Amino acid sequence: MKLVGKNIEKVLVIGSGPIVIGQSAEFDYSGSQACASLRAEGVKVVVVNSNPATIQTDKEIADIVYIEPLRADFLERIIEKEKPQGLIATMGGQTGLNLAVELHKKGILKKYNLKMLGTGIESIEMAEDRGKFKSLMQKIGEPIPESVAANSAGEAWEFAATHPFPLILRPAFTLGGTGGGIARGKEDFDKLLELGFALSPTHQVLVEQSVLGWGEFEYEMMRDSYDNCITICNMENIDPMGVHTGESVVVAPSQTLSDDEHQMLRSAAIKIIRALKIEGGCNIQFALNQKTGEYVVVEVNPRLSRSSALASKATGYPIARVAAKIALGLGLHEIKNAVTKTTPAAFEPSLDYCVVKIPRWPFDKIPESNRVIGTQMKSTGETMAIGRTFEEAFGKALRSVEMKKVKIQPKDIEHHLAAPTDLRIYAILEALRLGWEKEKINKLTEIHLWFLDRLDAYANMENRLKREVFGRKLLYEAKRVGYSDEQIASIIGHETSMVRDMRKKAGIVPVYKMVDTCAAEFEALTPYYYSTYENENESKPTRRRKVVIIGSGPIRIGQGIEFDYCCCHAAFALREIGIESIMINNNPETVSTDFDTSDRLYFEPLTFEDVMNVIEHEKPEGVIVQFGGQTSINLAQRLEMSGVKILGTQMEGIDIAEDREKFKALLHELGIRQPDNATATNEQEAVEHATRIGYPIVVRPSYVIAGRGMQIVYDEESLRKYIGEAVEVSERKPVLVDKYIEKAIECEIDGVADGKRLFVGGIMEHVERAGVHSGDANNVVPCVRLKKEVQEKILEVSERIALALKTKGSINIQYVVQNDVLYVLEANPRASRTMPFLSKATGVPLVKIATKVIMGKTLEELGATEMPHMSHYAVKGVVFPFLKLPGADTVLGPEMKSTGESMGADYDFPLAFMKALLGANLKIPRSGGVAISLKDGDKERAKPLAEALFEMGFSVYATPTTAAQIGGKVKLLKKISEGEPNILSEIKKGSIHLVFNTPKKGKVANTDGFRIRRACLENGIPCLTNFEAAEALVGAMRHSFGKKLHVERIDEYGSGVGY
Amino acid sequence: MLAEKKAVLVLSDGSIFFGKGFGATERRVGEIVFTTNMTGYEESLTDPSYAGQILVSTYPLIGNYGMQPDWCESSQMQVEGYAVRELCSGPRHANSTATLGKRMEDAGIPGIWGIDTRFLVRLIRNSGVMPACLSVCEKQEDQQELLSMARELDYSKINFVEKVSVGEAKSYGKGGKKVVLIDYGVKMGIVRELAKRGLEVVVVPFSTSAEEMLAFSPDGILASNGPGDPALLTKESNELRKLFGKLPIFGICLGNQLLGQAAGAKTYKLKFGHRGGNHPVLDVKAAKVTITTQNHGFAVDEKTLPSEFEVTHRNLIDGTVEGMQHKELPVFAVQYHPEANPGPCDSKYLFDKFVSML
Repeated sequence: MKLVGKNIEKVLVIGSGPIVIGQSAEFDYSGSQACASLRAEGVKVVVVNSNPATIQTDKEIADIVYIEPLRADFLERIIEKEKPQGLIATMGGQTGLNLAVELHKKGILKKYNLKMLGTGIESIEMAEDRGKFKSLMQKIGEPIPESVAANSAGEAWEFAATHPFPLILRPAFTLGGTGGGIARGKEDFDKLLELGFALSPTHQVLVEQSVLGWGEFEYEMMRDSYDNCITICNMENIDPMGVHTGESVVVAPSQTLSDDEHQMLRSAAIKIIRALKIEGGCNIQFALNQKTGEYVVVEVNPRLSRSSALASKATGYPIARVAAKIALGLGLHEIKNAVTKTTPAAFEPSLDYCVVKIPRWPFDKIPESNRVIGTQMKSTGETMAIGRTFEEAFGKALRSVEMKKVKIQPKDIEHHLAAPTDLRIYAILEALRLGWEKEKINKLTEIHLWFLDRLDAYANMENRLKREVFGRKLLYEAKRVGYSDEQIASIIGHETSMVRDMRKKAGIVPVYKMVDTCAAEFEALTPYYYSTYENENESKPTRRRKVVIIGSGPIRIGQGIEFDYCCCHAAFALREIGIESIMINNNPETVSTDFDTSDRLYFEPLTFEDVMNVIEHEKPEGVIVQFGGQTSINLAQRLEMSGVKILGTQMEGIDIAEDREKFKALLHELGIRQPDNATATNEQEAVEHATRIGYPIVVRPSYVIAGRGMQIVYDEESLRKYIGEAVEVSERKPVLVDKYIEKAIECEIDGVADGKRLFVGGIMEHVERAGVHSGDANNVVPCVRLKKEVQEKILEVSERIALALKTKGSINIQYVVQNDVLYVLEANPRASRTMPFLSKATGVPLVKIATKVIMGKTLEELGATEMPHMSHYAVKGVVFPFLKLPGADTVLGPEMKSTGESMGADYDFPLAFMKALLGANLKIPRSGGVAISLKDGDKERAKPLAEALFEMGFSVYATPTTAAQIGGKVKLLKKISEGEPNILSEIKKGSIHLVFNTPKKGKVANTDGFRIRRACLENGIPCLTNFEAAEALVGAMRHSFGKKLHVERIDEYGSGVGY
Repeated sequence: MLAEKKAVLVLSDGSIFFGKGFGATERRVGEIVFTTNMTGYEESLTDPSYAGQILVSTYPLIGNYGMQPDWCESSQMQVEGYAVRELCSGPRHANSTATLGKRMEDAGIPGIWGIDTRFLVRLIRNSGVMPACLSVCEKQEDQQELLSMARELDYSKINFVEKVSVGEAKSYGKGGKKVVLIDYGVKMGIVRELAKRGLEVVVVPFSTSAEEMLAFSPDGILASNGPGDPALLTKESNELRKLFGKLPIFGICLGNQLLGQAAGAKTYKLKFGHRGGNHPVLDVKAAKVTITTQNHGFAVDEKTLPSEFEVTHRNLIDGTVEGMQHKELPVFAVQYHPEANPGPCDSKYLFDKFVSML
């Protein structure tokens, strides 16, 4: 063994920060695996990540954890303090990579004698710098599209003059293709160029000849310091070039390549990874013209990626684990595959199944955004399914996405096919069902005919089910092509339960096959299974005490990595008390689907049928549904009706909490106040209720996830408009009308109840005023503004509610406080998205406590009785996806829009808040200009804000009415329609570095405010749309002015309760 | 569309698989083996080393990209039968000239699909390779009859090499240097790799004597791959021994085993062989790993290898001999397939090494 340094005892691992589009849970997955792998070699691991909802930042995973902003200045302080000898930057996505390059360029690596382990700076720069990459490819004779790495618009235009449109533009060093796009003409070109220069940290844009329509293939590669190279997996994008791989339906392994084509690309990949001297994992993308056999190298990611997470789950090969050992200098031949325990790491997985990945897009939450997909990522998550045929895997993946039933109108088909949207795959299926010529679809989409054949076979099962006699044979065939019982039932016009019964009577039940990396060639010990309809069942249930945990499926707005974190912790807790954990989930990016998180893993859709099949096979003592978000809670009722034991809070309690009328009655009985509210089943009723309650009101459809369709309405006209346009109202789908408590403080608790008492982890106070969705609000714990009596009242009321709901396990209760009067907004007797944050803030493992309570322990036994006392503040910051979603407004409201979170901790609230914002990647200026444009009601409070800014030396710009309130040194800006100078023109000039813009009441897009907010977004200028947040920020800026924010290990803060 | 044909596969241990038939309506017996290659079915089906065997693909989706002459490793289909999970009857590839089913039908080879091939592979893995009988039929088959047919087969007793080797010497390529390539069942990939390096390649029948080979005045000898039990080929091994020290010799696969026997070593049968494109082979001296193409059911017994030979390569998974060389003479061999087809091309440097020795 030639370990790079026997002197390497401590290694710094950089995480990827908050979840954003293009950088999701996959880096917690790779980061956690890497940390465990390093520790197994006896190395001490220091992790830095600003995202508290990560397993990587658990004390069980890393030796030393810093939850601090991912910026070079903070990293330097951590390096100075910890003095690690090695740095691993390839586990933290583009964020980690860019930081490593920055640390190198600033001489920090050298200064602290910090060695890059694994893939080095030179390799990273070679792969990431378009110009350097191009010359390397030319040197080794690998074809690349003709391109120019333009450092100026002039250079770019020069290239465009000699190369026909369409041209592809990609800003250098951005993640998930941010700011990239296809220019079909001069106008697009100009726009993309400007955006690209603004977004690229190196002010460089690659302009590239288009290979639109060519097949897109990816190779996941590994190389070690001995120069051993292997391919883990190749993947084929069903959507051809022009659609980002993160936006494509992807299949593994490739399906349309002959062996010589596959070997041609594989050999090229090896040549490239050698030339780049990668030490670790790497993803290489090729475009192949499948008519001529010509190919080009599109891109190399010299790090672990979303694709590598997918490849790991698709093959059973733990890429991150092996990459971490390679970083220490081990050779592939010296490493064992910990998944199979029988094969070496120097082994190319062979699959005996087909894997299909389908992305999950956020357009249901942000409907105003343009749905066209292309070279920039817009999806928030993805799901993966495994089957023995393409059709089976595809069918399973399609139902794992958990999209509401999509119906494409025949007249819209061509539109979705020609310009790809998130609905394209549904449009193709509909076209095939209607008998469109595959050649025509191929012409419009350029999707390979082989895939269209397979999709046709899938789609046409529907026609067969309609036409043919329904019997055992047809049912079996339908199951073999991946149809669910529900799907079959709706096609043949029966109840789902009937199809299920009939199927079981006919003996058509799934078997489970193992994902073993070696296509059954060797005996493997991997407890990782998928279902299929075949003969042999390889999954042999144990006779241990065991429990099923239902996961949360693909990451979407409102159901993010936080729930996966909870599911992982539930599995860890079960392990601690000696109970076997069985995880069911379908998200390939996450830790919950890692091989050693649970005792047994079923990679399955999270529908009643698929979950029930596993339960019938495994026969657990019960299922835990409270950690997987809405996905798992939605299954609870049907599972219970089928005789499955729901562990923890029972359906009854869940139902009371979710049913507005029952909940209202319960609170009434308990004598607990709630904002005045009512339920309306038609427009007239809604107006009557609203008049009685008094405006403003909050309206929303019943049964919602993450505030979907929720809005604050200030008058009757807007209410009628909302009901008319935004929602369907009916007897079965009522609309809820709530009094909107104005000028109030919102707060919430997360806790665990055991039937006797409630243990509250903490009271989290929203920084913003009430009305911003709790998932989008900045939260602080402990409370800053709420009086002690109010806090005590909250604890007392919370316990009464929790006990009344017969809560067993976790609960989240949200409140609004106006003039010290407490109102309950809602109670959710299940894990909330703030649980991981609160656990990190307090050091108390809330989910583990909840799990143990669910399994029968009492809070007293667990020592969890008093709310932890904190001597520091922790603030949850939020991250939004707006930049990736053109057309989306950035104003916050009761509808959740954020994708991720950060945490800032300090002994002072303002500093903690500042860190949370920095952790959420906001560029808070220390000097320059601040533009203020406030609505009535806020602008009266503008003066002290401006004065504080003047004091710190900022220039303050304001629109006329706001400026009138400020007076003095303020620089006057015109309204946009009235000419320059206005906020837009000043942003363009570069004189504005921070914007406070509180929007008018109601929901209005395309106003001045909207244009200002988009301009900020596109220029990377923080723009706060909530007055309280602006106030808190100015406070934080003042507090930290001229100071160095200090860094501290997370366990140095806070206290905990003896855990 | 033709009526769906039925197929039944019976293993000598009594296991029976009922599936759909494709290819020819025939009954065939053969030793059942599996390959883990995910692509390259045409290369495998035409690889003479598979003579006498019924092949199972572990990868379930087969036939996707059709068939074309360039992907053939010999002039005909060599397997006795083919078993797959999902057959693609409408391939889509720019270069495809026929479907897999059609080519098999033309070649008279039966195929079975729609069966749980993973179950079948696990049976073979656990019990070892065994004789089997595959029948594609229009009506019900007598399973007992198929079982006894399977049980009658004794794979190790059959000399498959004489069935697949060329009848007479044939020359390929032009160049300064000349190589005699002994055809024990050679894959065309080997011929192509040599010709590509500017050599004249004289392919000679397996039975060619050392003297006859030397009469071509070659600069080197390549002992090819081929099917069957090397222990049957004592005469051939003896001829090879006569060439030691006369000129550089390179052995591939069966060639490796025969050179081993020529040196005095014994060979033995592996439980279920190595067939696929993902086995890691460790270069013992360089401590480097190469991912290789493999297709062999026998191996050289390291304990019996005389001291003038050394093991140069070892299988990283089971430690078996994957390569050896004479300590002084220019004689070396590998158990795997540097010519690839199908599989990774990472070992093609071995041909360069051979050429440099000429």
